Amino acid sequence: MSQPQMRRPVESGVPDNQQYLHPVLAKNYGNWKYHDRPRPGVLHHVAHSGDEVWSVRAGTQRQMDVYTIRKLCDIADKFAEGRVRFTIRSNIEFIVSDEKKVAPLIAELEKNGFPVGGTGNSVTMIAHTQGWLHCDIPGTDASGVVKSLMDELIHEFKHEEMPNRVHLSTSCCEINCGGQADLAIIVQHTKPPKINHDLVANVCERPAVVARCPVAAIRPAMVNGKPSLEVDEAKCVCCGACYPPRPPMQINDPEYSKLAIWVGGKNSNARGKPTFMKMVASGIPNNPPRWTEAAELVKKILHTYKEDARPWERMADWIDRIGWPRFFEKTGLPFTKYLVDDWRGSRANLNASAHIRF
Amino acid sequence: MAKKPHDTPNLDQLESGPWPSFVTGLKRLAKDKDQAVDLLGQLEASYQTKKGYWKGGTVGVFGYGGGVIPRFTELKDEKGEPVYEDAAEFHTLRVMPPPGMHYNTDILRKFCDLWEKHGSGLIAFHGQSGDIMFQGATTENVQKAFDEINELGFDLGGAGPAVRTAMSCVGAARCEQSCYNEAKVHRAVLNTFTDDIHRPSLPYKFKFKFSGCPNDCMNSIQRADMSVIGTWRDNMRTDDALAKKWFAKHGMNELVNDVVARCPTKAIQIKEIKAVRKDAHISSVAINDTQGLEIDNKDCVRCMHCINVMTGALAPGKDKGATVLVGGKSHLKIGGLMGTVILPFIKLESDEDIEKLVDFGQRTIDFFAENALEHERTGEMIERIGLSNFLEAMEIDVDANMVTTPRMNPYVRTDGWDEEVAKINAKKHSA
Repeated sequence: MSQPQMRRPVESGVPDNQQYLHPVLAKNYGNWKYHDRPRPGVLHHVAHSGDEVWSVRAGTQRQMDVYTIRKLCDIADKFAEGRVRFTIRSNIEFIVSDEKKVAPLIAELEKNGFPVGGTGNSVTMIAHTQGWLHCDIPGTDASGVVKSLMDELIHEFKHEEMPNRVHLSTSCCEINCGGQADLAIIVQHTKPPKINHDLVANVCERPAVVARCPVAAIRPAMVNGKPSLEVDEAKCVCCGACYPPRPPMQINDPEYSKLAIWVGGKNSNARGKPTFMKMVASGIPNNPPRWTEAAELVKKILHTYKEDARPWERMADWIDRIGWPRFFEKTGLPFTKYLVDDWRGSRANLNASAHIRF
Repeated sequence: MAKKPHDTPNLDQLESGPWPSFVTGLKRLAKDKDQAVDLLGQLEASYQTKKGYWKGGTVGVFGYGGGVIPRFTELKDEKGEPVYEDAAEFHTLRVMPPPGMHYNTDILRKFCDLWEKHGSGLIAFHGQSGDIMFQGATTENVQKAFDEINELGFDLGGAGPAVRTAMSCVGAARCEQSCYNEAKVHRAVLNTFTDDIHRPSLPYKFKFKFSGCPNDCMNSIQRADMSVIGTWRDNMRTDDALAKKWFAKHGMNELVNDVVARCPTKAIQIKEIKAVRKDAHISSVAINDTQGLEIDNKDCVRCMHCINVMTGALAPGKDKGATVLVGGKSHLKIGGLMGTVILPFIKLESDEDIEKLVDFGQRTIDFFAENALEHERTGEMIERIGLSNFLEAMEIDVDANMVTTPRMNPYVRTDGWDEEVAKINAKKHSA
């Protein structure tokens, strides 16, 4: 039997974006002078040539059905100029060259359920991951957590009332695909993996699993006369690194996979250098469909920051000024021994000074 | 018409509220597609049991070894049959977007049409990797969908131990802070490595990200193995008219508290205009008829803060290029690592300039391929072998811009010291 003729791929790589650019963007490429924000959700850019564009930013659910995308296209064709772009946080931007189009475009977006905002010192859309919808190792969902939180934070998305911009992320396991953010919600497992020994014998490359463990807690063992693995539960840090490639290492647990909250990650080099976020709360129940316990804590931290931080202070800048003791005091979060770093390089995170705020 | 929907009491609760609902979108797809009906069924099961039910596997397209994320259901009945059979295969195609994620409606509608035909109708703009994610194809339809996507001029992104899909900011297309042609550099670099993108054979993933200025909107320092961040070497540019306009609106308190006091290296002073230094490395701008800002560009670290606050009044200089860092990654396995400065400055204007960056990328990936352990990222590799060894392999001279501080311990053998000093002096004299 002859093989069917297969189409060979065209290895075209990354497509050229020039063909998709708004004509005013193409014309003034690399030649912009300044921008301002006439209202939340709108950016106004002025080129050295004098040309101007207005970008109207709206929130989307990221995981979009084709009907939603076509609706956005209809709005772009009818109320904007047929060109859009997406931000790194899955907001859509409609670009127009006429200021008169801005208000009707905003009205149409809002009418169709797309909130306009996410610019400047707002809480913008949450960077999120795949979760139960499509990931093979998730401890929780992503889209549902984001939907729930953005419902709660909608006022902050549509207004620019925060001290500086606020980036949030969620991650469904400790790999943290959601990335560094001012505030992140990340799954935190609290019990070592349960091993499915039948599966180990069938599918597992045991040395690879042993090598994955960051604390050397996994070792080969004979179980019921078959080669398998065992976990030194006193050593295990419950990170879940052994699970992604090896389904036998069951780390996800409906009860013991909890959520943790991290704060103070900053991507930008503005003012201080970029920072990694720090864990400030854990043991939060993974509670679908609305994750109310996590949402309440997020709101509490964000509102404390909003009330207390000075203009242009990101979460990290604010905590730098007030200090960690007052962060915990003001937010009402307990500072437990689990928040004292003991991983490699941890002494750099201990206070080696007499700097105490009283 | 699709089959009857399953009861989804948990998911139903995610249809209310002001934020756009992915559940409502999935339900709309489920009117026509059995696959979406069963996807909702499985997702509802996850919401009830708090467990995920997908496993990976091996699905691809002809000619490539990666770019498809296979998903098979693990939710089986007592006979081992899928509980939700029409969603038993739900693969994702990762597709590389145009730099800056610009689209016209024509291409988006074509994506919708082909994915309605060959897939579930669910598309993410975009995944955390930067890809357009066409989610929900059966094994049989993956090739058909890819062929149509590929005919539109789009190509699969990376997955597994491969060069991954890159991301770049809106950049020169619409941002006044842009310091290089991000889109051009992004394409020049990535399209050199299509083989390493499509045929995963590296020790682990390798990510590039391109940000046009140190605001680093692509979060590249924390996420990319090679992070290309726009910057400039000469003096900050200024515009008196825009500075006066800013000052008239915001006043002295904001200027002092939000601009001058927040400069991390105290490079900005408020002065009487007549007292501003005239040195070659000073930028100045008038805020009113008598006062102005004096900025010492030798002290400035290009953090972007004052430029962000007073956009247009202050702006990056004209001698632009990029700083390149290597080794950023997230938590697993040794903890998060940020990238380290390897090229403090590289011009990115001419094709030859860009070729130098491509060459550096090529040599870094070659070295990584040969020297990293399995499942080790570049940052972990550099930590293991030491930065000096990496620099030597890359034939890059050590530079004090690469460190926060010099060494803090004496545990190093320094009997090559005089030779190193002689080499540095010889280079200085020949320059």
